[in-house]
Amino acid sequence: MWDPRAEEMPATELKRLQYRLLKTLVYRLYSFSDFYHARMREANVHPDDIRTLADITRLPFMYKRDLRDNYPDHLFTATQDELVRYHVSSGTTGKPTVVGYTANDLENWTASLARSLTACGLGRGDVMQVSYGYGLFTGGLGMHYGAERIGATVLPSSTGNTERQIELMQDLHVTAIACTPSYLVHIGETAEKMGVSIRDDTDLRIGVLGAEPWSEAMRTKLQDALGIRVYDIYGTSELSGPMFTECTEQNGIHLWGDLAYPEIIDPETGESLPAGEKGELVMTVLKKEALPMIRYRVGDVTVLNDEPCACGRTSPRIMRIQGRVDDMLIVRGINVFPSQVEHALMEIPEVVGSAFQIEVDRKGALDSMLVRVEMSPEAFSDKITDLMQIRGKVAHTLKSSLNVAAQVELMAPGALPRFEGKAQRVIDRRVY
Amino acid sequence: MAEKKYLIKQISIFSENKPGRLAAIAKALQEAGVNILAFSIAEANGFGVVRALVNKPDLAHTTLTDIGFMVSFTDVIAVAMRDEPGGLFEIARILGEAGINIEYSYAYSGKDGAVLILRVDQVEEGVEKILAAGGTLLDVSLFQ
Repeated sequence: MWDPRAEEMPATELKRLQYRLLKTLVYRLYSFSDFYHARMREANVHPDDIRTLADITRLPFMYKRDLRDNYPDHLFTATQDELVRYHVSSGTTGKPTVVGYTANDLENWTASLARSLTACGLGRGDVMQVSYGYGLFTGGLGMHYGAERIGATVLPSSTGNTERQIELMQDLHVTAIACTPSYLVHIGETAEKMGVSIRDDTDLRIGVLGAEPWSEAMRTKLQDALGIRVYDIYGTSELSGPMFTECTEQNGIHLWGDLAYPEIIDPETGESLPAGEKGELVMTVLKKEALPMIRYRVGDVTVLNDEPCACGRTSPRIMRIQGRVDDMLIVRGINVFPSQVEHALMEIPEVVGSAFQIEVDRKGALDSMLVRVEMSPEAFSDKITDLMQIRGKVAHTLKSSLNVAAQVELMAPGALPRFEGKAQRVIDRRVY
Repeated sequence: MAEKKYLIKQISIFSENKPGRLAAIAKALQEAGVNILAFSIAEANGFGVVRALVNKPDLAHTTLTDIGFMVSFTDVIAVAMRDEPGGLFEIARILGEAGINIEYSYAYSGKDGAVLILRVDQVEEGVEKILAAGGTLLDVSLFQ
């Protein structure tokens, strides 16, 4: 472990620490953030009302739109001369948001990743290729400093020029890669075209994958195809960036309790849900200075697991992200997550489960859903009836997994766009 | 086996049902110097399969695969027809009498007569039956 005292802290001690940190944070925001002061007044809650950790539920939420409405820096509680860096979110869902970092913020971010990467089995002697975008996006620089901190050698290859990435992976004996799951699929496909076997011709052994939703089935597929172990990483720019990963148990993402306090709520009512129930993740970042986040509605759907982990770490875990509250499609009254579609498609060998697109439209009063999916080249038959059968099988599998019927369109391999950033798989054409 | 010389390698190409796909296929084959002798399009709702007899099937396969098409080979046979009224009937009668079940078929009329391309279930057995019923099959060397 990187920081055993923090990572193995007994639950009661951790709760005491979290309470102290929360109380300090609330006082700080009440005193120095006009925005959060006003929001607490509206909610009729004063810092003195926070007497236990459980009282956190009395505090008002923060939303993505609060960051946008206060663009660029009106939520900061540090002055510009105290800041050492900015990151800016991609703005795919609206106006961009800006996150500022003090030196301590960067230190906590890096320390969090150092613990996480160590938990994935990485350390001194590893060569990590960071194939997340460097720049305004937090992925590249975040992973870069985290990997340097644990003594790994960093290859800051960023995104793009995949053939060159594969050459460098071979030449510099890269042992680990950090990128999006869809980009690793793309690397695997490109390597194959180049006649390079990731399993036999490279030293790659670990992938740390995130920045977009993926599935257990995709993990199995990647691990089997490339002969490596792949781990899920979690974070968003509002929380600093990529922050938390799974340990080698591959059973949930450890959220370091001295840095963050997670809750799961019902996205409709805002009520807290007990561990084990699926809901929206709400995060309080306990030590952030420049842009403190209290009860931030992250919008990711997951399950909290507070059982002790076999690895000995005591912090709570979140299970794999199942979708976004705002990605959730309601088709004929039924909640559909793109991740469910992916999971269902992964079960069908005749198609490439990671390459799909969902198009939702409305004809008259009825929603219609179309799923485009690429065929596996091996499954291609010259007979129309065989192809119709594959299409029928996909439609049937989707129907039984989503509880709503979908039309299916078969595509040639490689016909659908691959994304090096966040995969955008949904086209919603409905007009209300 | 003697029947082998009547088996012609057809290429089948998967195509999404959208404008420009056939043009992309034809352009790539032109640039590779592949001559298309006959072709047909089978279409289902949302996608289609382009089937073609070409003079260089292996080159066509590589060329199309390289630009992202899904391509496969299928063995077909070519039956000679008289290019005059009754030509098709004569062949259809032979096929019927031979008990041949046609999966799909397409035809063309060239300068040396008309030709019916057939995809049958048991292709080698089909060849024997057609020959026995008096049909004329074209040798693969005429095409490829």
